[in-house]
Amino acid sequence: MSFLTLSISLLFVIIPLVLSKTLNLGLEKDTIIASVRSIIQLLVVGYVLQFVFNSENIIYIILMVLLMIAAATQNAHRKGAAIKGIIWKLIVTFTFVEVLTQTILLGLNITPATAQYIIPISGMVVGNSMVLSILFLNRFTSEIETHQDETELILSLGGTPKQAIHTQLIASIQASTIPTIESQKTIGLVQLPGMMSGQIIAGADPVQAVLFQLLVLFLLLTTAVVTSIMLGYLSYPTLFNQRMQLAGSAVERDE
Amino acid sequence: MTVAGDAIRFEHVDYSTNGLHILKNVTGAISEGKITTLVGPSGAGKTTLFKLCNGLQSPDSGEIFIKDKPIGSYEPVELRRNVGMALQKATMISGSVRKNLELPLTLQGKELAEDSARELLKMVGLDKTDLQKKTKDLSGGQQQKLSIARTLVNQPDILLLDEITSSLDSVSRQDIEELIVNMNEQYGTTIVWITHNLQQALSIGDDTWVMMDGEVVETGESSFLRNPQNDRVKQFVRGEIE
Ligand SMILES: Nc1ncnc2c1ncn2[C@@H]1O[C@H](COP(=O)(O)OP(=O)(O)O)[C@@H](O)[C@H]1O
Ligand SMILES: [Mg+2]
Repeated sequence: MSFLTLSISLLFVIIPLVLSKTLNLGLEKDTIIASVRSIIQLLVVGYVLQFVFNSENIIYIILMVLLMIAAATQNAHRKGAAIKGIIWKLIVTFTFVEVLTQTILLGLNITPATAQYIIPISGMVVGNSMVLSILFLNRFTSEIETHQDETELILSLGGTPKQAIHTQLIASIQASTIPTIESQKTIGLVQLPGMMSGQIIAGADPVQAVLFQLLVLFLLLTTAVVTSIMLGYLSYPTLFNQRMQLAGSAVERDE
Repeated sequence: MTVAGDAIRFEHVDYSTNGLHILKNVTGAISEGKITTLVGPSGAGKTTLFKLCNGLQSPDSGEIFIKDKPIGSYEPVELRRNVGMALQKATMISGSVRKNLELPLTLQGKELAEDSARELLKMVGLDKTDLQKKTKDLSGGQQQKLSIARTLVNQPDILLLDEITSSLDSVSRQDIEELIVNMNEQYGTTIVWITHNLQQALSIGDDTWVMMDGEVVETGESSFLRNPQNDRVKQFVRGEIE
């Protein structure tokens, strides 16, 4: 595809603009901003990737991955504002998931150790880990609030913080990972996964594309489950103080 | 004969949360082996005082002594098993009667024998209740009874009871009063009992504390409720302050 065909494809931006104008939907400004931003951001990514691929230097690959982890942390940390030191917990989680998956992929020779493989796969892993973190933190914060009485009951009977928060922790881990597992049950029936579609369009053999897609799906299962569990076990202790009391204003509420 | 000491002693205890000054300079002692009733308008800080004794919260300043040792010198888990608490809002964990009843033991990795479970239910007047029944299908009164039985599983030396008869009919209320008085007599369990019912305070308590606005305003043998010194307490016992 050339820049000429890309400019023709701007028609797909003009259609919503015209519709918005005629029907007074007020979407023009945001549509233009979104289009311009996506053009600039993706082109920058494209050129950066081209540079990294050509240089074949491990330092650049690591830098790219660190950048991904930083961006993911930036996006997810607001959801966990109630949890002390959430930024570090997210960084540790993303880094662990990334190292774990790449170790298996590269260690067992499942994918070649080239930027062309490492970077896109890392992007999917870290991106997914970020989504899972947000799902988990949303659920966990609301579970803590709605079940504060049960938590206090267990503490009051001589339970440890871990026992007092166990039900909510497990519920949050389940709730955040179920969408990933469920979505794999219907995959391919309704919609082809975006990455596989892209590969097929770019000329890859469909079966090859499917095999690769399966690898990614399995990878994302590990990503989802490990992210939620790790973040959960890193987070819950900060909700309690040394005296095994529920600490912090984030979990306090009026009776 | 040994002279009984203090089960709980408060020295200038202050506690605030969310910018609210809830307990103000609470000072006084709860005698060991006695039944002390705690009365006062709602919002006075009675429940909060219990949570401090059970170690769910710590005072901002001042000191609480449990059996003459600073509360902070106890391991939290040990403290909470010894200072048992049953709250008015009888919180249940989801699941069966049995699961709730044996919760204090489950937390220690133990189980409650079927016989002991039935025995405990009988003590609180739930002998006809199925152990497998889901607690969400129990009435408020039944949950309150179950919550009392659950607190007893830890066999605490000090028992903090927060309006535990508020949703019971008068027959059940008398049964529970009898049970608690018996425990006090048989095992020497120290009882602190928050109640709205001044008649109850007079009839079951050795001593009574009156709390208002976070302060302990009058204490003594329960009979002082018939003729209090403090003007606000006078208003309170006449039912003019709720
Ligand atoms: N976690 C909390 N956050 C804010 N206010 C609270 C909290 N717990 C208790 N309070 C307030 O503290 C005061 C005393 O409450 P409480 O101890 O429950 O009184 P009582 O049991 O005598 O009715 C009340 O005004 C109540 O609203
Ligand atoms: Mg109360």
